[in-house]
Amino acid sequence: MSYKAQAALWIAQRASAAVLAACVAVHLVTIVYAVRGGLSADEILARTRGNAAWLAFYSLFVLAATVHAPIGLRSVLGEWLRWRGRSRDLALLLFAMLLAWSGMRAVLAVFA
Amino acid sequence: MASERLKVAVWRGAASGAFRDYEVPRHPSQTVLDVVTHIQRHLDPTLAYRYACRVGMCGSCAMTVNGVPRWTCRTHVDKVGETLEIGPLRNLPVIRDLVVDMREFFDKWARAKGEFRGRATKQDDFARISPLSEDRKQADAGIECIGCGVCYAACDVVKWSPDYLGPAALNRAWTLVSDARDGATIERLRAVAGDAGCHACHSHVSCTERCPKRLSPTAGIAGLKRAVARAVLRGEL
Repeated sequence: MSYKAQAALWIAQRASAAVLAACVAVHLVTIVYAVRGGLSADEILARTRGNAAWLAFYSLFVLAATVHAPIGLRSVLGEWLRWRGRSRDLALLLFAMLLAWSGMRAVLAVFA
Repeated sequence: MASERLKVAVWRGAASGAFRDYEVPRHPSQTVLDVVTHIQRHLDPTLAYRYACRVGMCGSCAMTVNGVPRWTCRTHVDKVGETLEIGPLRNLPVIRDLVVDMREFFDKWARAKGEFRGRATKQDDFARISPLSEDRKQADAGIECIGCGVCYAACDVVKWSPDYLGPAALNRAWTLVSDARDGATIERLRAVAGDAGCHACHSHVSCTERCPKRLSPTAGIAGLKRAVARAVLRGEL
């Protein structure tokens, strides 16, 4: 991977971290609100189903996690397991796809 | 002074070896380098170690003292403990006893484009740089490095990623990137970007914690990350 691509990964990780910080805060506040309000699962689903705003928010959350986690894991694999090179990056690309698929599956489950 | 004699364990050998015990007389204001010198001159002349100036300028006497990399000429025994364990610097190949091979350390300075490349010619007038300008203040903050290798030995990322340029080389690159008279910024940013460069730093701050000159390579590396990011976004890299 070129040094430019490596620098771009660093920028992507920093940017996704900023998005994640906001998303995690909103997510936690929402959980606390729902639990303290005594909402049931059905009542929560009634609010999320068909709601484009929640769909957009959680899609952004999943996208940020999909970008952020594999880049961090890339360093961990390189430093702790000495796994570097193309095979590591391909494995992490697959991991990113798995994160995106499982995350969006959950998002769509509470939207549709 | 708790005792008139000081127990010292000193590393003997190269990559494989063992600590050997010595006893040396205690003196007021005794430095760790004084202890090593006493052992070499009075107890065991085969002990190999390196020093030159003895006043904290040359950067050649750094060793691991009770698990911590330090400049031994300015480290008082009183400040370290009742007993001493002295070994070679970590993260560098041991030649013998307390002497490490510094070639890789300084080769990385060269790889990080650590040499000044002036943009002016001898026909030009002197550059007028305000010492109060932000760039100059940033350069001044890192310019007093003596190349002792303490930061390099303290860095876990160097241990995990042997290609990593390390705090000293990156600090040097940052002082040049911040130097308005230097004309090789983009070339230097290319050299320090990526997995073997500034982006490998996790900001553990061990280098800053241990630097005997109280410099902050961590801050310099963060500056390099910002400079590289700006250059990438502007398409200059």
